[in-house]
Amino acid sequence: MLTVNNLDVFYGQIQALYGVSLTVAEHEAVAVLGANGAGKSTLIKAIMGWETPRAGEISFAGERINGLTPWERVSRGIAIAPEGGRVFRDLSVTENLHLGAYLQPDVAIRRQMDVVFDLFPVLAERRTQIAKTLSGGEQQMLAIARALMSQPKLLLIDEASMGLAPILVERVFEVINNLREHGVGFLLVEQNAFVALDVVDRAYVLENGHIVLEGAPDDLREDARVKAAYLGG
Amino acid sequence: MSGYVISVAIFVGIWVTLALSLNILTGYAGQVSLGHAAFFGIGAYASAVMAVRYGQPFWVDFIAAIIITGVVGTILGLPSLRVRHDFLVLATMGINFVVVALFKYVDFFGGAMGLVNIPAPSFFGATFRGGTPYLILVWLYVLFVWAVSWYISKSWVGLAFNAIRLDEDAAAAVGIGAARFKIYAFGISAALAGGAGSLYAHFIGSVFPDTFVFVESIAILSMVVFGGMGTLRGPIVGAIILKAAPEFLRFVQDYRFTIYGALLVLMMLFQPMGLLGDDSWLWQQLKRWFGRKSAPPKVSEEVTP
Repeated sequence: MLTVNNLDVFYGQIQALYGVSLTVAEHEAVAVLGANGAGKSTLIKAIMGWETPRAGEISFAGERINGLTPWERVSRGIAIAPEGGRVFRDLSVTENLHLGAYLQPDVAIRRQMDVVFDLFPVLAERRTQIAKTLSGGEQQMLAIARALMSQPKLLLIDEASMGLAPILVERVFEVINNLREHGVGFLLVEQNAFVALDVVDRAYVLENGHIVLEGAPDDLREDARVKAAYLGG
Repeated sequence: MSGYVISVAIFVGIWVTLALSLNILTGYAGQVSLGHAAFFGIGAYASAVMAVRYGQPFWVDFIAAIIITGVVGTILGLPSLRVRHDFLVLATMGINFVVVALFKYVDFFGGAMGLVNIPAPSFFGATFRGGTPYLILVWLYVLFVWAVSWYISKSWVGLAFNAIRLDEDAAAAVGIGAARFKIYAFGISAALAGGAGSLYAHFIGSVFPDTFVFVESIAILSMVVFGGMGTLRGPIVGAIILKAAPEFLRFVQDYRFTIYGALLVLMMLFQPMGLLGDDSWLWQQLKRWFGRKSAPPKVSEEVTP
């Protein structure tokens, strides 16, 4: 469904990604693991259209999307829960969700909101609450819920575990696991390889802008380099 | 009503529309502009040029002023897309100075002498300058600008304005391109200020560059901030108070801009939401008096790590 081919991204003179290629099939959950500064966020930005790659191709559902604006990509079925959630702190839960479905017909919004509240009962309870009064874990859930409002085929999740207590990380990933039954494809970008490998079908390891490894979670867990670098030996 | 009171009410109406139109750009979309007088001026000059140079009747001037100012506002908004926050403020200030300089130094616009002898509008054969019919016309325009503001605040576009004001990056995360909506905000805001300019030009009968200078932009922004930015009631009340008070308290007139400036500073310090902003002291009191319940935000009991 998503194919990234030989992607080079630069920040001025500095190259952040070197010939990165990866694929996410329909209904597949894929993780990109890597340390801080490996280029994970750059990859996400390029896929969303916030950074323009110097070379390479990004295609989605058989269509080349390199030149499309972020909005056009969202409307084609890509959504993102960005790093840190980035919910609208001064708006209510419902308003945040509304914005996630921007320009969809009202009927579709109401239907999708019911779906999302079913998935996140805690948000249903807090629907009129202002986002900044939610806990960190709830804000992360809201970010994912907001992304789901556009009924995406592929959901990008940037560092879902960042800044969360271990118990909340577990809950967020539980939700991600549940969502797979709803036919959504995932691309998780994570520093926390330990939790990510539990929920994905495949993973890539990104190091200094290069993809250095690719494989099934079980193989990666056994790989000495992954163990050393991300799983704490 | 005496002629004098009617004149004041006409001025107040024009400035209410200026404050409401700036509120769309600054209060809704969060783009602080210190150049709104430029769009007021472009509307006034567009109208004056149509009337004096091309002999067009009032309605044509008025519509042309709205369209021309809207288009110019959209174009001038484009470079502002590249800057945020304090640099945007500087850019809009720059726009104000450039526009006034063009009025002053281009002969077509009458130079420092301005454009005079703008004919009084006529309706159904009756010509009038000022007076009750003109007062009604101005306040009909106030109603129109209010309705546009209200409609935007309830619409999807208004929600997108909210989103980019609150967090441009979060807006981008849901695919709302800030650029497109900032352009809308600039265009709509300018077009409505253009209409105010046209009403002003036809009321006064002449236009001069000095009317549309930078301090006037500050005055308009003061009205919005003083009343309560981002609300519908705020800019209206702000404009009425700040425009009418100097007329009735003559001693205030000479220190008008000093007072506007001081008010701006005081409001920022003590009531940043403005007199009637949602969280302002006065608005909370009014809500209590009129028995409207305001639910305090419930704080999540789950502790953030």
